[in-house]
Amino acid sequence: MLTCKQIAELATAYAEGQLDFADRLRFQLHLGLCANCRTWVRQLQVTARTLGRLPEPELPPALEAELLRRFEGWKAQR
Amino acid sequence: MSPPPPAAPAPVADESALLARLRAGESAAFAELVGRHGGALLRLATTFLKDRSVAEEVVQDTWLAALDGLDAFEGRSSLRTWLFSILANRARNRAVREGRNVAWSALGEAGEGPAVDPSRFRADGHWLETHAGWSEEDPERLAAGAETRAAIEASIAALPDAMRAVVTLRDIEGLEAEEICNLLGLTLTNQRVLLHRARCRLRQALADLRDGAR
Repeated sequence: MLTCKQIAELATAYAEGQLDFADRLRFQLHLGLCANCRTWVRQLQVTARTLGRLPEPELPPALEAELLRRFEGWKAQR
Repeated sequence: MSPPPPAAPAPVADESALLARLRAGESAAFAELVGRHGGALLRLATTFLKDRSVAEEVVQDTWLAALDGLDAFEGRSSLRTWLFSILANRARNRAVREGRNVAWSALGEAGEGPAVDPSRFRADGHWLETHAGWSEEDPERLAAGAETRAAIEASIAALPDAMRAVVTLRDIEGLEAEEICNLLGLTLTNQRVLLHRARCRLRQALADLRDGAR
């Protein structure tokens, strides 16, 4: 049986599908029995998904303008 | 559990048309591509290079290199991943020139020992604390909430470089593990260890915020 401590180390390997079949089963078995770990693992997943929902940053306008200028220069040299 | 989806993927067919217009020399096409990917490029550049003005320079160089190399882009990866690979090479070379150690493969930055402090567990391996709350929170809401977003962004900025690069590429940008390994010169194991450590720290930042609010 895995301990909570082991769950905490393996959680990302599990989420990324990198545990072998036996370890995956053991991981899932522990989660089935341990609400505390279920919560912690879900929080980890929520964290990862939240990162994926962060808004795209915008380029500073000055940098954007410079890039467009450079593009024109690049075009002229082709 | 499936990997988190990226926030703003552009449809591939759409980008093929844009690239065709770009190859034809259309400024509007370049402006649109810069609008789509420039922000993400700058964000990634700052994980490699702390100095903002150097990061901006490298982003400029990346776009020019991409223009020069447009014919070589075959569309096997996404355009953004291709841009990232150009950026990663330039940023790494620049970082070396600026004297910063970027040998992440040595795992030195990942650190030794467990990702979660052993003092948080009992001798029998059980958690000492009870984890409660926010595990059913909507990620969209957390990302949109001013406080939670600020906490996340601050904790991302506080991550060691290698962890920040990996979690940015995996969880923010949605790249596959192998793509990240290629971009950063990491083994799959290193990448996963770095990702795990980053996620644990970021999870803790959110938990601390929630606990502070109680």
